[in-house]
Amino acid sequence: MATAPLFRTEFWRNGPQPGSIYNFPGGKTKPDLNPMKRTMNPTVTGTSVLGLKFKDGVVISADKLGSYGSLARYRDLTRVMKINDTTILGSSGDYADFQFLTNLIQERVIEEECLNDGFGYTPLRLFSWLTRVLYNRRSNFNPLWNTYIVGGLQDGEPFLGYVDKIGTAYQAPTVASGYGAYIAQPLLREAFENNPNMSLEEAAKTIDRCMKILFYRDARSLNKYDLAIVTKDGVEIKSSIVSETNWEISDFVKGYE
Amino acid sequence: MDILQINQTSDYKKAGPLQAHFNPYSYNGGTVLAIAGENFSVIASDTRLSEGFSIHTRENPKTYKLTDTTVLGACGFHGDVLTLTKVLDARLKIYEQDHHKQMTTGAVAAMLSTMLYHRRFFPYYVYNIVAGLDDEGKGCVYSFDPVGSYEREAYRAGGSASAMLQPLLDNQIGFKNQQGVTRIPLSREKAVNLVKDVFISAAERDIYTGDSILINVITKDGVTDERFPLRRD
Amino acid sequence: MSSIGTGYDLSASQFSPDGRVFQVEYAQKAVENSGTAIGIRGKDGVVFGVEKLVTSKLYEVGANKRIFNIDRHIGMAVAGLLADARQIVENARDEASNHRLNYNSPIPLKHLTERVSLLVHAYTLYSFVRPFGVSCILGSYEADGPQMYMIDPSGVSYGYNGCAIGKAKQAAKTEIEKLKMKDMTCAELVKEVAKIIYIVHDEVKDKNFELELSWVGDMTGGRHELVPPNVFAEAEKHAKEALEESDDSDDDEL
Repeated sequence: MATAPLFRTEFWRNGPQPGSIYNFPGGKTKPDLNPMKRTMNPTVTGTSVLGLKFKDGVVISADKLGSYGSLARYRDLTRVMKINDTTILGSSGDYADFQFLTNLIQERVIEEECLNDGFGYTPLRLFSWLTRVLYNRRSNFNPLWNTYIVGGLQDGEPFLGYVDKIGTAYQAPTVASGYGAYIAQPLLREAFENNPNMSLEEAAKTIDRCMKILFYRDARSLNKYDLAIVTKDGVEIKSSIVSETNWEISDFVKGYE
Repeated sequence: MDILQINQTSDYKKAGPLQAHFNPYSYNGGTVLAIAGENFSVIASDTRLSEGFSIHTRENPKTYKLTDTTVLGACGFHGDVLTLTKVLDARLKIYEQDHHKQMTTGAVAAMLSTMLYHRRFFPYYVYNIVAGLDDEGKGCVYSFDPVGSYEREAYRAGGSASAMLQPLLDNQIGFKNQQGVTRIPLSREKAVNLVKDVFISAAERDIYTGDSILINVITKDGVTDERFPLRRD
Repeated sequence: MSSIGTGYDLSASQFSPDGRVFQVEYAQKAVENSGTAIGIRGKDGVVFGVEKLVTSKLYEVGANKRIFNIDRHIGMAVAGLLADARQIVENARDEASNHRLNYNSPIPLKHLTERVSLLVHAYTLYSFVRPFGVSCILGSYEADGPQMYMIDPSGVSYGYNGCAIGKAKQAAKTEIEKLKMKDMTCAELVKEVAKIIYIVHDEVKDKNFELELSWVGDMTGGRHELVPPNVFAEAEKHAKEALEESDDSDDDEL
C-alpha cells in the first residue's frame, strides 16, 4: 500500500488546542508547570582557601584564579577581603555569590561605622552571622554556593572559623576548603602540631608550601595567590604572591605522553 | 554523593547541561551515649567532626549543657545541630523569664519533641539524647528520632556508632543474654568506665568516631566535665 | 509670618489665599526653637559645630547627639525636632547605601541632597502628614573638594560656604560672614566654629549646652568624624578665651 498523503485537519498550526490559552508569541500552549528553579550550581568558581592560626594572629590565603568549569577564565580575582582592622574573610566556590555577600557585608560595616557607638563586627560576630545567613539560604533551597573562612582577633586571641553552603560551621586552628581539605589540611595540621606558636614568617612559609603543592595537584588552581594577615597591628593583604614552581621531574613521569 | 541528572529526550541521549542536585543535608558523624543512674546520669560524646573521608576538626564535643540539670547530646548534620541548639537555648531562656525557674529535664524533652516534629516535612537531621535528673532527683535519659518520637530509657547510644554501642550496653547495663547474674545497681564509677570502654571499641571500627570523648556527669550538684583520649586515625 | 493661619494652617496640602503653606512655616518655627548648628566649608574640608542644649542636669553626658554620620564621607548636623531628624538620617543612610550597592562608588553629596530634599518636600504635599520640623546641613569631601548643602523643612536646598540653622542663626551668620573661609583650613576653622557657637549661645535663656564638633576633609582622609579629643579641647579653650576677652572689653565700654 502506498502511504496515504498526510492531511492536516487543523485550521492553523502551532496554535492553541481548542479550550486552551494562547501563549504569546506562540509555540508552547501548555503553561510551564515545572517546579520553580533557582541557581543550583556554581558558574565562575574559586578553588581552595586555607587558614592558619599563628602566635600573634591568623593568615588566610586564596589563589587568584576564577574558573568557568574547567576553563581558567579569570586570572586576577581577589577572594580574600578585609572586613575591619581585626577581621578578614576568604571564600571559595561561586564568585558571584561571594561578591554579593561582600557587598552586603560592606553595607553593614558602613552602617555600623556610622553609628559610631564602639560596636562593630568582630570575627566571632561575623562568623555567627554568616552561619545563620548560609543556613537560612540552604533552608530556602537558594544556597550561597561558597565555603567561607573567617579569621581575625577575638578579644586579642586568634580566631579561625569555617562555614559552608549548608551551614556546617566550626572553629579550628587550621582550616581548608575544597581540595585544600584533602591536600593542604594534613600539612597544615602537622605544621601546627609541631609548632603551635609559629611566627608570621613561619606561618606564611607553611601556607606558601601548601599553595604550591595545591598548584601542582589541583587542576583548577593558580600559582598566584593573596595572603591576608591579621595581627594586633591590623590587617595586611599581600596580593599576587607568586609561587616559584619546578617541573623538571615531570619528564620522569611516564605513561601520559 | 551528588546525584547527576542528565537531561534527555525520549529516545536518545543529548549532550546537554548537567544539573547537580543541591543536597541541603550532609552527615558529619559523631556518637553520643547516655546512661541513667540512681541519682546521677552520664552523657558522653566523641569530639570528632567529619564529612566524607575528611576530619573537619578533632575538637567538637557534641554535648550541650541546657540547664543546671539537663545536657543534650546531638549529632548528625552539624548545620542542623547548630540551629537546633541555638533555638533550644533561646526557648529555654524565654521559659526561664516567663516562669522564673529552669525547665525540668522532662519538659526539655517534651519541648524538643515538638520542635523536631514541627519540622516533620523538612526535618532536622539530628539524633538527640537528653540526659538529666527527673523531678525526684533520679537520673533520666530520653532518646529521640530526628522527627520527634521519643521515650524515656535507662541507657541509649545514638549517632554513627550507635549500632555498635547499644548491644554492648544491653549486655552490660541491661544484663541481656546473661544468666545467673546479680543485678547490682550501676555505680557512677562503673558507668564512666563503661563509657570509656565502649567508646574505645567504637573508635576501633567506626571512622566517624574518634579523637577524644567528653563525659558529662549530671548530679544535683551540677555537671562535671571529663576528657578521655581516643585514637585519632 | 506673624499672622495666624485663619483656617488655612490645618493641612500641609492647602495654600492660604496669599500663597503660603502655613504648616511648612510652622515647621520652620520649630527649627528656630532648637539649639544652633553651623557648618563652614573651608579650603580642605567642612567643619560642623552644634550647640546642643541640655535641659536637665540629670541627662547623661553625650546623649542625643545632633551630628550624624551618613556614609563614610558624609556628615549631617541637624536643628529642630530630633526624632524627625533621625528619620531623615535613616533615609539619607539608605540612599547612600543604595548608591554604593548600585554604582560601587560613594554617593556625591549633590546627588544625596537632591534625594533627601525630595523626601522632605514630599512631606509638605499631603494632608495626612506633617512636614519635618528639621533643617539639616550636609557636608562631604570629594574628588573635587569639600561640599556643603542645607535642606530646610520646605524641601528646598542650597549649596553654601557657610551656613547656620537654629535659634541663633542670624547672629551665627553674621559671625560666619566675617571669615575668609575659602582660604582657611579645617584646623583653623574648627576653632572659629567653636568660638561662634560659644558667642551665639544665650546663657541667660539656655543655661547648659554641650558643644559638638565634627569635620570631614583632608585631615581625616575624606572621612566624616567627630574631631579628636585634643583638637576639641583646644578649640573649646580658644572659644572660652575669646569669649572672656570680649566680655572684658564689653565691661570696659560700660
